[in-house]
Amino acid sequence: MIHNQDMIPQQPAPRSTIGPLAWMRANLFSGPINSVFTLLGLYVLYILLVPTIQWAFINADWIGTSRDDCSGEGACWVFVNARFTQFIYGLYPQEELWRGNIVFAGFAILIAWLAIPRLPYKRWVAIFALTAFPVIAYVLLHGGYFDLPRVPTHRWGGLMLTLILAVVGMVGALPIGIVLALGRRSNMPIVKSFCVVFIEFWRGVPLITVLFMASVMLPLFLPSELSVDRLIRALIGITLFQSAYMAEVIRGGLQAIPKGQEEAAAALGMTYWKRTALIVMPQALKMMIPGIVNTFISLFKDTTLVMIIGLFDLLGIVQAALSDSRWLGFSLEGYVFAAFMFWIFCFSMSRYSQYLERKLHTGHKR
Amino acid sequence: MNQTATQSADLMVEMHNVNKWFGDFHVLRDIDLEVKRGERIVICGPSGSGKSTLIRCINHLEEHQKGEIVVGGVPLTQDVKRIEQIRRSVGMVFQHFNLFPHLTVLENCCIAPMWVQKKSRREAEAEAMQYLERVQIAEQAKKYPGQLSGGQQQRVAIARSLCMHPDVMLFDEPTSALDPEMIKEVLDVMVELAHEGMTMMCVTHEMGFAKTVADRVIFMDQGQIIEENAPEPFFNNPQSERTQLFLSQILGH
Repeated sequence: MIHNQDMIPQQPAPRSTIGPLAWMRANLFSGPINSVFTLLGLYVLYILLVPTIQWAFINADWIGTSRDDCSGEGACWVFVNARFTQFIYGLYPQEELWRGNIVFAGFAILIAWLAIPRLPYKRWVAIFALTAFPVIAYVLLHGGYFDLPRVPTHRWGGLMLTLILAVVGMVGALPIGIVLALGRRSNMPIVKSFCVVFIEFWRGVPLITVLFMASVMLPLFLPSELSVDRLIRALIGITLFQSAYMAEVIRGGLQAIPKGQEEAAAALGMTYWKRTALIVMPQALKMMIPGIVNTFISLFKDTTLVMIIGLFDLLGIVQAALSDSRWLGFSLEGYVFAAFMFWIFCFSMSRYSQYLERKLHTGHKR
Repeated sequence: MNQTATQSADLMVEMHNVNKWFGDFHVLRDIDLEVKRGERIVICGPSGSGKSTLIRCINHLEEHQKGEIVVGGVPLTQDVKRIEQIRRSVGMVFQHFNLFPHLTVLENCCIAPMWVQKKSRREAEAEAMQYLERVQIAEQAKKYPGQLSGGQQQRVAIARSLCMHPDVMLFDEPTSALDPEMIKEVLDVMVELAHEGMTMMCVTHEMGFAKTVADRVIFMDQGQIIEENAPEPFFNNPQSERTQLFLSQILGH
């Protein structure tokens, strides 16, 4: 028995299931309870949002030089305005700020170049960013070479310091994490136990303790001639601490790769390092983008802890500015500004990671 | 070349008294098997009989604990360099294809020639396209494995192995994970390969394939080779009871 001689042509979906009205009916007002919650939610949004906008934008004061320029009805952004240079550069000398600006600009250009897919020479830019740029940045910021006056690291601060800590931490923690993750999966007992001990030690200690030890205890053990810069010590501490977390994230990714992948690569005659670098690690890293970026974001925010060893990162410098007697009582504005800056960077990382995930998606697994 | 090599120039794979255990479980027991150059062997047997393990020992994806395996005149030892040398001359096709999902079809085929045999990208790609042509999938070269059907993926996997110019091809249940309508397209490629004179060892339940191309059919049960014969007598006149039972089970319906 034949049911249908001709193919039934494709027909459009019923009008009631598409379009914004249908979406609202399906998602916001699908029933009495749902409708009540929707309206309640809108009301809560209204009572929260309206005063916030009024405070932050409508009644806010933007221009001025002292607290007398603030009406007090809304936010006094004059405070942030007046201290802006300090929030960005810390106590970096005023007449040397151009050096910081060059480093900022170079950093922004490199990041943009690597992030925008259309631009060519990615490999060379990446190599430059990882090798020459840090040296140039250090020489420029620190000085002492080429007639540049020396600016000791304790004068670095603000957003600049936060970015230095975060970027060095990320760039250092990822490769160390990869090596530790591979080591922990190794069959060689010594390598394996070293990695396990390393990871478990750093994961078991709070970052504050690490920073305290780096700044207070380390000098006690080292001979006094061998004084390592406080910033360097903090950088090493943060990098090692985060690499332990990174290692576990990456190990999770490695475990999720089917054994057949490694076997297929082995059957083609690839050595361990080729199998790892060409087949296993690219897949593991791709799968672990959310986890890696999560670690990056928490690292970025953890850099605020360097405050306790006397380094003034973005939050630290805001905090310090708040205790200035000329600007007492504007802590809310200061904290909102700091939070907003952190949020911008973390949110950008989060969005970029989502974009990367979509871009690297190549159909379903296996 | 050592003495073994000259003696057995026409022997591709030799297994002498090979034994293997998974923990306490004795998976391969006293395996003796010789495969001549150009010979096509089909290995069958119930699941858990050790047939996959047997061919996986040949390229050391599994390690045997006793006995001797010689591939193309090279004795298989623990030495990593030796193992990699043997793997370069042994192609393998897996039940679940094991294509690299982060690489395109073409890159899947080029990665080993480029990184293991140090061929230039251009040379590797030209050759890969030839093999993809042969398995009739060249038009999909720029796609990712995840965008292909199972049958197409398995044909790519065969092409990927062929790109390394193997002396012998191992097939580990190449059609078991495929939908019925895709089995034929993979078997066609394998039959063609057999007609071209490739040395093949194939673990499969496709008895039609065995009848068409096999020089010898090997029946395994509980880690042992129970029976071994040319396909015609093997199917029409099986000697051992276990073979008869197995054949009646898989051919019976």
